[in-house]
Amino acid sequence: MDEPGGISRGSLLEDPRLDDQRIIEFDVRTDEMLVNMGPQHPSTHGVLRLVLRTDGEIVSEVEPHIGYLHRCAEKIGENLTHRQWIPYTDRMDYLAAMNMNLGWALAVEKLMRHRVSERARHLRVLIAELGRISSHLVGMGAYGLDLGTFSPFLYAFREREKILDLFEEACGARLTYSYITVGGLTADLPPGWLLKCEQFLDQFEPVIQEYHALLTTNAIFVKRTAGIGVLPREMAIDYGCSGPVLRGSGVDQDMRRDGESIYTAMYDGYAFEVAVMKNGHYPRDHAYPPVPSDAVLGDCWHRFFVRMLEVVQSMDLVRQAIDRYSACKEPLGEPLKLTEKMPAGDAYLETECPKGQMGFYVVSDGTAIPWRARARSSSFSNLSVLSELCRGCLIADVPAIVGSLDIVMGEIDR
Amino acid sequence: MRGSSFLESLESACPGAVVGKNLEAIDPWIEIAADRVEPVCRWLKHASVPAFDSLECITAVDWFEPDPKKAAKVSWQPHLELVYHLWSTAAKASLVLKVKLPRWRNDVAGELPEVASVAGVWRTADWHEREVYDLSGVHFAGHPDLRRILCPEDWVGYPLRKDYEQPIEYHGIRGR
Repeated sequence: MDEPGGISRGSLLEDPRLDDQRIIEFDVRTDEMLVNMGPQHPSTHGVLRLVLRTDGEIVSEVEPHIGYLHRCAEKIGENLTHRQWIPYTDRMDYLAAMNMNLGWALAVEKLMRHRVSERARHLRVLIAELGRISSHLVGMGAYGLDLGTFSPFLYAFREREKILDLFEEACGARLTYSYITVGGLTADLPPGWLLKCEQFLDQFEPVIQEYHALLTTNAIFVKRTAGIGVLPREMAIDYGCSGPVLRGSGVDQDMRRDGESIYTAMYDGYAFEVAVMKNGHYPRDHAYPPVPSDAVLGDCWHRFFVRMLEVVQSMDLVRQAIDRYSACKEPLGEPLKLTEKMPAGDAYLETECPKGQMGFYVVSDGTAIPWRARARSSSFSNLSVLSELCRGCLIADVPAIVGSLDIVMGEIDR
Repeated sequence: MRGSSFLESLESACPGAVVGKNLEAIDPWIEIAADRVEPVCRWLKHASVPAFDSLECITAVDWFEPDPKKAAKVSWQPHLELVYHLWSTAAKASLVLKVKLPRWRNDVAGELPEVASVAGVWRTADWHEREVYDLSGVHFAGHPDLRRILCPEDWVGYPLRKDYEQPIEYHGIRGR
């Protein structure tokens, strides 16, 4: 820290100058200090507590403490029938409740070898992708907030509001929908809904460029995110990371394409490209601002950019789903009865939720009530890598790294 | 993971480790002897084809029926089952391992059953094993930092056990 502006981020601890004992002796000595961040800290995205071991401005260790939102969802699941647990899945990732409903519904359907009607399938794709857009909008807006810019948050919530209005019209709820359920959906879309959805997409499409201007290419934003919190590919896999965190590190994996057949069959016939950097390029990246020169694959900027690409990708999928859904003339079909018995056995299914791969595991002893209901949370695994990412970073970078993981505590603590 | 050829290579690499299997189940699974978990996992991650480089989930299922009337009718003996869901990012294939444990070590209530930790194989197992320890009461030998993760550190009991009883009182808060 002897030359102004000469702080090389992320590598201060490995700085060879520190090996020189004379420098340490005559430098300002700082003591190690434990800094408690959270659980009521605005940039920890819910009730997450981080204990930082710091030396001056440098963080040497981060220890996340979780469990403040633990509601024993899995234990509750052992006392309800499969469909009755759907509202509890809403409250896991409450920013993408539709995708949570879908995950559990598909896991039970896999165990029961049940197939939903074509109309229900396309409606599910439509709803799930809209849910992904709304979740990524929160992720993007809140990330700007973490980094000290307030306006993107307002713009993101303005658009999200319109998606919530659409959801409200379809199922009556704005946050905890329980719309997708075991064996189908609770109701069909009301008349005129598709038109409103198309109108939303038409006015949302040009707005994306504004977001890129506000954040993606913003010089301050790039300075705060590029080269920060670099997550190497092998480490991402080793820690079980998934979703945009994994793809931001350059791993080409998306459960919508690579997952199990009951899930990939849902996207059968849909055209989409996984948002991951291949040969130095993102899919169709000519339409977007170029990758900044200081960005390293696996850093905060890339995780953010993958989410931005997925918003566009999901919009495309919603349009395809609207076409297919409206071409479907067969009825939607009724969901399964609340007390429909499941065959004895177990089934595990991972779906691609906005935050990552959400796995649901259902064990049945032959009744309608699961013997064991398990939720494998993507944010749980994504958060576990935090202490590796924050080793040697500056305190001011901790919110940037936590925000780039886009975690939601309801899902981690369950 | 389909195919018995994979099973053969596992058996030749770790003889005697596979003690059961069901390849016809919805998710085909292999049962591993409780004392061989660590070497089998190490082989699966580093040497098998395909290599299962990602651990997705560890689940403990408590096979115990607290109601004596219903317990007389069940076909299984009370036990604890650990289920490991593995994934190969290269081959996009999944694998399910099951491990049977006694509900209590030496049948002494309160003595946790023990199994080797795989936190040294997959880093993600660190938190997942802490969660299983916290909620289902399994002791993972060799785990770097085995303590409760979701429940408070002074919590008593293992909530996902079938015979768990909710505390009447916790620090002045009524439980029941």
